[in-house]
Amino acid sequence: MARASNKLSRFNVTSLALGLAFLYLPIVILVIYSFNASRLVTVWGGWSLRWYGEFFNDGAMLDAAWMSFRVAVTSATLATLLGTLAAVALSRGERFRGRTLFSGMLYAPLVMPEVITGLSLLLLFVAVNAERGFWTVTIAHTTLTMCFVAVVVQSRLGALDRSLEEAAMDLGCDPARAFLSVTLPLILPSIAAGWMLAFTLSLDDLVIASFTTGPGSATLPIRIYSEVRLGVKPEINAICTLIIALIAIVIVVASFASKLSREQGESAAPL
Amino acid sequence: MSARRIFARPARRAAIAPYVWMALFFLVPFIFVVKISLSQTAIAQPPYTPVFDLTGGVGAIKAAFAALSLDNFKLLLSDDLYVFSYLRSLLVAVVSTSILLLIGYPIAYGMARLPARWQSVAMMLVIVPFWTSFLIRIYAWINILQHDGLLNQILLALHLVSTPVVWLSTDSAMYLGIVYSYLPFMILPLYATLAKIDPALLEAANDLGSSPRQAFWLVTFPLSLPGVGAGVLLCFIPIVGEFVIPDLLAGSDSLMIGQTLWLEFFTNKDWPVASSAAVVLLLLLLAPLLLYDRLQRRQLEAR
Repeated sequence: MARASNKLSRFNVTSLALGLAFLYLPIVILVIYSFNASRLVTVWGGWSLRWYGEFFNDGAMLDAAWMSFRVAVTSATLATLLGTLAAVALSRGERFRGRTLFSGMLYAPLVMPEVITGLSLLLLFVAVNAERGFWTVTIAHTTLTMCFVAVVVQSRLGALDRSLEEAAMDLGCDPARAFLSVTLPLILPSIAAGWMLAFTLSLDDLVIASFTTGPGSATLPIRIYSEVRLGVKPEINAICTLIIALIAIVIVVASFASKLSREQGESAAPL
Repeated sequence: MSARRIFARPARRAAIAPYVWMALFFLVPFIFVVKISLSQTAIAQPPYTPVFDLTGGVGAIKAAFAALSLDNFKLLLSDDLYVFSYLRSLLVAVVSTSILLLIGYPIAYGMARLPARWQSVAMMLVIVPFWTSFLIRIYAWINILQHDGLLNQILLALHLVSTPVVWLSTDSAMYLGIVYSYLPFMILPLYATLAKIDPALLEAANDLGSSPRQAFWLVTFPLSLPGVGAGVLLCFIPIVGEFVIPDLLAGSDSLMIGQTLWLEFFTNKDWPVASSAAVVLLLLLLAPLLLYDRLQRRQLEAR
């Protein structure tokens, strides 16, 4: 009897189905139209790979894609290192001076409007006369994405049973050894997931990259954006589909990694 | 000394590198924003007159303080363009956050009531679009909403309209784009709190004679309020400063502050005014930012 109130109602199922359809239909339509043979984006002219060929002959677009890829790999790696260290300090460091400021600096960029982050970093780079290009964008992306890594790893560390580390130390490990042989293997999947999140966030960013890059080193989103402003082009559909495919691969790997680790403790983080 | 305390000491040391990094690339840049917001516009490269030149010694610093000007802020407050941009940004953020809550809550609620096995699948399905490029998702909508796009074709085929409707460059398109892009940010914190509610509480309410509807409003909804707060802040703050979505989907007759800032910076090359616009935006968002910081800290560090 009492169980009745916990059953899925028709309302629940409908809202779920509509919500998921809303999230996925536009992307599915975009992918389908990338295989459209017609130049007019909206007229179906049969299946074709023509626009993919066009992309692979577009030198400027390929340069931008290569630049984005390098920035994403470098910044995701740096962000994973720094973000993991920050997560360890926050969840295992107990109290320390400046802790409030530290966590504030790590959580604020998660919601900070990108125009502010981008503008402020650019002003710093100009003030120290840094040459704008690959490294300035990489530093900017590292700063943003390490916060996401820190949250992902921290929520995993929080769910971890601390008596495991303590047992290792009781058995004679020093803290470094206990961390490397007990804690690190357990949080490795979430570190991997953090790297991939950082990678996709960097690959995706338009605003911060626009502020921090220099002439001649546009990233892929910057190029796509300037094309999109001029209107819909079938070549853009093809590029977007390729990016979606790349991200889908990353997601499959990431979910595999997190399935390995998710015995207990659902992530409290918004990710 | 307990093992936990011994472990804490090297763990604290792990903070050094990320601490220095964030101080250098997150905190220090704000000092430059404030500094440049107080300086004069100049036709030069970079396009402003620097106000602090520490190489000149004490005298130069004194002179620099005398040269500080609030002109940019006065301009922001006296020019309707900026005032309207701020008001419009706040309005857009309030309206779209409300729509997000209305749409996101039933979806999160549906997810939380799925059998446990299906819940992680549903969560995955909600997260995946969040990983897909932001720009691509907006572009996908441009495909659908354009003059001879799919939506108009369907409406015409069904004889619901006789001529194509203008969807792009309207506020409705912008709201659609914002709701579409931020929906996962609303659903996930809501789902996280809804899934944690003990079903025994609902059974108790049922046993005590309340209808499912009463039980929802008396038990479930009040318990989900922390999730509502997190979701609202997670959407509201970035939407206020949003640039890409209004730029690509809304008309150009009224701008949000993110667009105004972008325009001042990239088109007018007026860095001091752009910086003051950023300072004011930051001040507007300070209260929600602090609230969000507290919520996030409680969530991650309470365990």
